[in-house]
Amino acid sequence: MTDRKTFSATGTAPLTRRTALKGLAAAGGLITAPGFVRYAQAQSSAPIRIGFQCHRTGIGASYGRWYERTTAAAVKLINEAGGINGRPVEIVIEDDGTDAGRGAEVVAKLANQHKVDIVYGTLFSHVVIGSAPTAEELKIPYYVVSEGYHVASGQLNRWCLQPGITDVRAQVTSVAPWIAANAGKKVTMIYPDYAFGYDHRDYLPPALQQAGAEVVAKIAIPPTETSFTKYFPQIPSSTDVLYHVMVGPAVLTFVKELGEFYGANGPQLFGFIDSLEAVDLNSPGLDYLDGSHFWEGFARYAQPTDTDAQKAYRAAVGIDDNGASVNDPRDVSTAGHMFGCWETLYVIKQAMEACNYQGPQDRAKLVEATEAITTIAEGPEHPQGDKVFDGKIHQVFGHQYISKMEGGRLNVVHKTSIEDGRYEPEADYTTQPL
Amino acid sequence: MAFGPHLLLAVLEGLVTSAVLALTALGLSLVFGVMRVVNVAHGEFFMLGAVLAWAVATTVGASPASGFAAALVIAPLIVGVVALLAERLVLRRVNYDPEATIVATIGLLYILQQLALTFYGADARPVPPPFNLRISLPWFGYSAYKLSIIATSATLLLLSWLVLTRTRAGLIMRATQYDRETAQAFGIPVGRVYAAVFAIGAMLAAIAAVLIVPISQAHYLMGQDPLLLSFAVVIIGGLGSLRGTVVAALLIGVSDGVISMFFSPTLAKLIATLAVAMVLVFRPQGLFGKVAR
Amino acid sequence: MKAGARLYALHGAVIAVLLALNFLLPAYHHGLMARILVLATFAMGYNLTFGYGGLLSLGHAMFFATGLYGAGLSIQHLGFGVPEAFLAALACGALLALIVGVLALRTTGVAFMIVTLMFSQAVHLAIIYFSAFTGGDQGLMLRPQQRRVETVLGTLNLTDPNTRYLVALALFTVVLFLMLALVRSGFGRVLVAIRENEERTRMLGYDTFSSRLAALVVSGTVCAAAGATYGILFGYVGANFASVHYSILPLLWVLLGGAATTLGPLFGTVFMYYVVDIASGYTSAYMLVVGIVLILLVLFFRKGLLGTVRERWLRWLP
Repeated sequence: MTDRKTFSATGTAPLTRRTALKGLAAAGGLITAPGFVRYAQAQSSAPIRIGFQCHRTGIGASYGRWYERTTAAAVKLINEAGGINGRPVEIVIEDDGTDAGRGAEVVAKLANQHKVDIVYGTLFSHVVIGSAPTAEELKIPYYVVSEGYHVASGQLNRWCLQPGITDVRAQVTSVAPWIAANAGKKVTMIYPDYAFGYDHRDYLPPALQQAGAEVVAKIAIPPTETSFTKYFPQIPSSTDVLYHVMVGPAVLTFVKELGEFYGANGPQLFGFIDSLEAVDLNSPGLDYLDGSHFWEGFARYAQPTDTDAQKAYRAAVGIDDNGASVNDPRDVSTAGHMFGCWETLYVIKQAMEACNYQGPQDRAKLVEATEAITTIAEGPEHPQGDKVFDGKIHQVFGHQYISKMEGGRLNVVHKTSIEDGRYEPEADYTTQPL
Repeated sequence: MAFGPHLLLAVLEGLVTSAVLALTALGLSLVFGVMRVVNVAHGEFFMLGAVLAWAVATTVGASPASGFAAALVIAPLIVGVVALLAERLVLRRVNYDPEATIVATIGLLYILQQLALTFYGADARPVPPPFNLRISLPWFGYSAYKLSIIATSATLLLLSWLVLTRTRAGLIMRATQYDRETAQAFGIPVGRVYAAVFAIGAMLAAIAAVLIVPISQAHYLMGQDPLLLSFAVVIIGGLGSLRGTVVAALLIGVSDGVISMFFSPTLAKLIATLAVAMVLVFRPQGLFGKVAR
Repeated sequence: MKAGARLYALHGAVIAVLLALNFLLPAYHHGLMARILVLATFAMGYNLTFGYGGLLSLGHAMFFATGLYGAGLSIQHLGFGVPEAFLAALACGALLALIVGVLALRTTGVAFMIVTLMFSQAVHLAIIYFSAFTGGDQGLMLRPQQRRVETVLGTLNLTDPNTRYLVALALFTVVLFLMLALVRSGFGRVLVAIRENEERTRMLGYDTFSSRLAALVVSGTVCAAAGATYGILFGYVGANFASVHYSILPLLWVLLGGAATTLGPLFGTVFMYYVVDIASGYTSAYMLVVGIVLILLVLFFRKGLLGTVRERWLRWLP
């Protein structure tokens, strides 16, 4: 049973029969890989088990697929380089169906049944919040790769950490000055009427105001909506910039309808790449976005300025210069977010080594060791860039990228500084007992 | 935007919604009316139609128009076969028992969703529309393809009406719907009628999905909303009434568009939902239904 | 009376087994079973209207969610303690069921199904619309200190696995015996009579509308109790518990276990939970397995697990 669950940690997602077969072949390869054999023979140190709460099914499945691949790639490298504290890392995957109720059950299953050391990898906010109470009760560190503001807000508890990806509040705060300076002063927001949209709704307006711009309308779209044209008349004609964050399968419809509605006379567009993660930018209808700008957590398309670490990361995860799978150019990645899995695993490694983590009895020490991290250097372990970790609010801060869509690809035009995204912390988890 | 153009836009959008909804709901209404079973998997037949449309259009791959045309023929046929198999292998064997049918079609729903996820994937994929034409009005632009959906749907509905009222097949269906035992006594092969109706119902949903897929992509979780709305349309329209189905689809689609003019989107959805509920509360037999037998 | 004694002995034995499981189950299954007991209570509430009352509702998620939010919001925003929050949730559930009942019971059959579905969707949308209070779809987390009950005997800590299991079992036990008493009472028999033939029951002089309304209010209150307990025991209040998925689930659990059987909801919930849990251990395509199991089940056990047992062997099961 465990074998079936863990073979996917070798670089492929078992979503199709084809990739599953490849995965089996790759699993065979891993056992004979040099790093693994050493520990298999030594038998002195059992693997460190990391429970992966994965969105394999449900609305988050596109992200889940790529989170799984990125995780597998990072773990492979970590193991080849000697593992953590001399022990190999083993990933145990449970599907949460992108459901909050099942999410909490999965945390319990990973902790109590699979006896993992920590739980990691969740993306969707409602699953994070639904699972957080269970993580606290079981006193198991819960490293999320979610980008929601829920961790930094102090809403969760001391066992929940987000050291690999910046939160939406920081993202929004750091791009607001650029929008005000380059796109326009009167902004209309279109965002989904759920968790992810709320962080934008709450933190963009003050950040824009500070930059001398203003939000003239906020249009929250209900979660199940599949057509948008009927809401476009609510966009005030004074709008300079349409700020759009849509998530889910309807995003192509949104862009297409926007194009049909405005033709060539529309406002400037600024969007979050979340809308188009796992979507081919050359899909029919998306040409309307040509010339518009996007926030990206990590550039999907290879840039001339790419570092060696970024190139190595792409090769390890298996994405080409267009951010699609090297096996299938139509299989587009969630590049803007999945780097967070890679970096979170390396933060876990760093913290485990700092506190000489031996087993579940050291879980509290591990949380403290993670909290003690302050600066994170750029490099193969952190290809997205250097970062600052705020141990009080368990949140990492980093650079953001603003890219322009030109000729069906995204070119980075601006990189924000870490300071651009900092805000006054509103919580302090370190005062909570462990 | 001024009130007039805004209203025009809301009505156009509502008509597109209604057109697709009417076709999907007609399929459900046939199944429901003739067989008296609640087919929870109806939305998944819709989804399957969309997913297959993508597969066919991608495989044919010539021009968008020929890919779309191929999808419009092939996708519903495959869906029809799947439905036929489900009917023969499962529904017939539980003797169309209402409760057993609900569980069986929930099972079918899970199976179809998982198969779509496994073989098609979790991503939303678009099918290029057969033609790209933007109609520029003085106040806003509108997609000509969307208008063609309304026309296509109207044609298909008219065709269904002719089949139901003017052909022998339609007569047999109506007879079976009216009274199963008597129909059987008159030598109508009720079993085969049921199989055909179930397949045709699924194919109607698939056709609706192929029509919508160039404007809203194929996704493996897309089946839920059409299912719920179709149920509402079928009940409001009154069982087995084609005219009722069309009027109810118009009512739900257009009111959704028009209500969205006056409120914030989520509130508009909330009000539209309550409005549908209230129509039923005060007219339980539906708009055109006779008192339930 | 002999039949009655046998029934109470059987149900008592089931409770005894569940109590024993508290000491026997390994940690993960112990926690899972606590959830199952609460959700089986939800299913029992559903069974009263669907199984015994013959009313197919697709909107019971609204009652579960009302309990969940009634308790969660009153703890979060009004500073209520757990007992007060629980009572507030019951009151909310009963009130909503009364309003929905007065309106929806004007309809029957599939129209009832659609009306309840629409009301439930409206509740779901309202939770999202009032996100400033409810947290929208991401919901709210209740902190451990909000999940304690001060009693004269000491503090009851609901984050403790044993306490949690016993509280879930207590709720389940109370509702199980309430259901047993109800379906064996005159009221229960009238309900079944209405299900079988409404016209005839009305001609016999029974007020069928009031009986159904009473059943729906009891059902809504029980579901709200389950929702409130779920939120308080597991510390999370979220909008997806109001989605149509959570209206279909109790229907499925009841049908699997056997509609109109007192113990069916428990068996159905346990069965469904463990099919998912075990299948997901072997394949990521576990929903395929679940789907196939459901279809095999209706082919060979059409009346559900206990329904089939009753039909073939134990005719005296309630």
